[in-house]
Amino acid sequence: MESRTAADHVLIIGAGQAGVQVADSLRTAGHTGAITLLNDEDAVPYQRPPLSKDYLCADSLAAPLPLRGPEFFTQHDITVLPSAATAVDTAARKVTLTDGTIVEYTHLVFATGAANRALPCPGADLEGVHGLRTLWDAENLQQALSTAQRVVVIGAGFIGLEFAAAARARGLQVTVLEFASRPMGRALSATAADWFTTKHTQDGITLRLNEGVAAIRSAGLGLRVQSTTGAHYDADLVLYGVGVLPRTALAQAAGLRVDNGIVVDSSLRTTVDGVFAVGDCASFPHPNTGARTRIESVQNATDHGRHVARMITGESGSYSETPWFWSMQGPTRLQIAGISSPADEPVVLGNPDSGKFSIALLRDGVLSAVESVNSAADHIAARRLVGQGIKLTPQELCAPGFSLKALAKAEVSLPA
Amino acid sequence: MPTIIFTQASGEMTNLSVPEGTSLMRAAVTNGIEGIVGECGGQAMCATCHVFVRPEFAAQLPPLSEDEDEMLDCTTAERTETSRLGCQIKMSAALDHIVVDVPADGF
Repeated sequence: MESRTAADHVLIIGAGQAGVQVADSLRTAGHTGAITLLNDEDAVPYQRPPLSKDYLCADSLAAPLPLRGPEFFTQHDITVLPSAATAVDTAARKVTLTDGTIVEYTHLVFATGAANRALPCPGADLEGVHGLRTLWDAENLQQALSTAQRVVVIGAGFIGLEFAAAARARGLQVTVLEFASRPMGRALSATAADWFTTKHTQDGITLRLNEGVAAIRSAGLGLRVQSTTGAHYDADLVLYGVGVLPRTALAQAAGLRVDNGIVVDSSLRTTVDGVFAVGDCASFPHPNTGARTRIESVQNATDHGRHVARMITGESGSYSETPWFWSMQGPTRLQIAGISSPADEPVVLGNPDSGKFSIALLRDGVLSAVESVNSAADHIAARRLVGQGIKLTPQELCAPGFSLKALAKAEVSLPA
Repeated sequence: MPTIIFTQASGEMTNLSVPEGTSLMRAAVTNGIEGIVGECGGQAMCATCHVFVRPEFAAQLPPLSEDEDEMLDCTTAERTETSRLGCQIKMSAALDHIVVDVPADGF
């Protein structure tokens, strides 16, 4: 090991998917200086996605899945400190930790992630009302699910619906309240969203659209959720999933520009020299449109992490990975490549009634996103096609014999 | 507890005994087997837990689902006839001492 000076210390704030990836990729890229990861959660760095899926099954092994094996951090000489940062002095390149320790850095990476948006109604803090983000949340829910019979879910986003499907699979009575007119409205085309409404309803979930939460009260041994339409629903367990907010307070206090996320340029550098931001907390320019984008996903976290590691080790270049997402809702696999906008033209590929189809979204005749339901082949092809500026017409997409897979083979000579 | 034998391209072998029902991916990730990432947490969504299962165990494996089949088309290392996603193989007594090869150029 080379001797270390303060000249090569990378300090990463946050040990989630993005932060751990930065550390890992720095070693892969040959960084020999010190790496410190600040972990403000009381657990070894773990994977979040299973917490709203596998982890909630009745027959789940109910053990968290670590992001890396037990020896990884020592083997790669990465120091993990069980601490948060309380202040950052970017002029002096120093960070103050919870216990008052001051750590100098050469490069600083914000990987602070996001926090659940609080439920803005009376009774949100009652016992039996749960959010789901951390391992701690999931452990509490796993416990609560074992005795609950009636569940009310507030918010029909990914988390809410994944949880609702898991609870329903355990035989519980499940009601979902969603104030918008469609589930997953922010992420999904109307066509796909409507399909999910039907599917969840068929599976026995009561999905109440255009109906938000007004208040939650204690009622006997349980809870009573009053909705914005005046209806009320009794529950032993309430789960809310009403979006997240990027954790930017520390960055803002340090003088970084913040605008729904820590503002970074196309190479993921913040407005301050030597400081980067990655993953859920970073607001970056969309590679195709240039619009400010903030993405909450594993792919975004890991690809941001890899990119910043390359920047720190001396490469240059813009971040340009195609975003992709997934959700498991009961037996249904939803996979999305690209980011659609409500104005995009949807073209259905396959037959939704068969439970296996995709929706191609066209923006000005160019493929902007593909949403795939139980259609992995379409999704894999879409990851290679979206973002390449490929022009398609609805007629071409609907022609007999057309498949995204065949198109991807023809269009892209190099694998993604 | 059934045992899994992970073999690296270097020849390095690691034996892991895990409770029945544990997937090859979970066993590998929890114990830090190099080359198996399991980025999607075990949902056959990412293809970063690609392994080659020795042919003598083929008959004991669960059948390849359509989803797994499609995802195997986008692994980093080239797919072969013995390719599987580690997250889709749960350990049982029948798979005791299963030998799997970890691709050399995984993530």
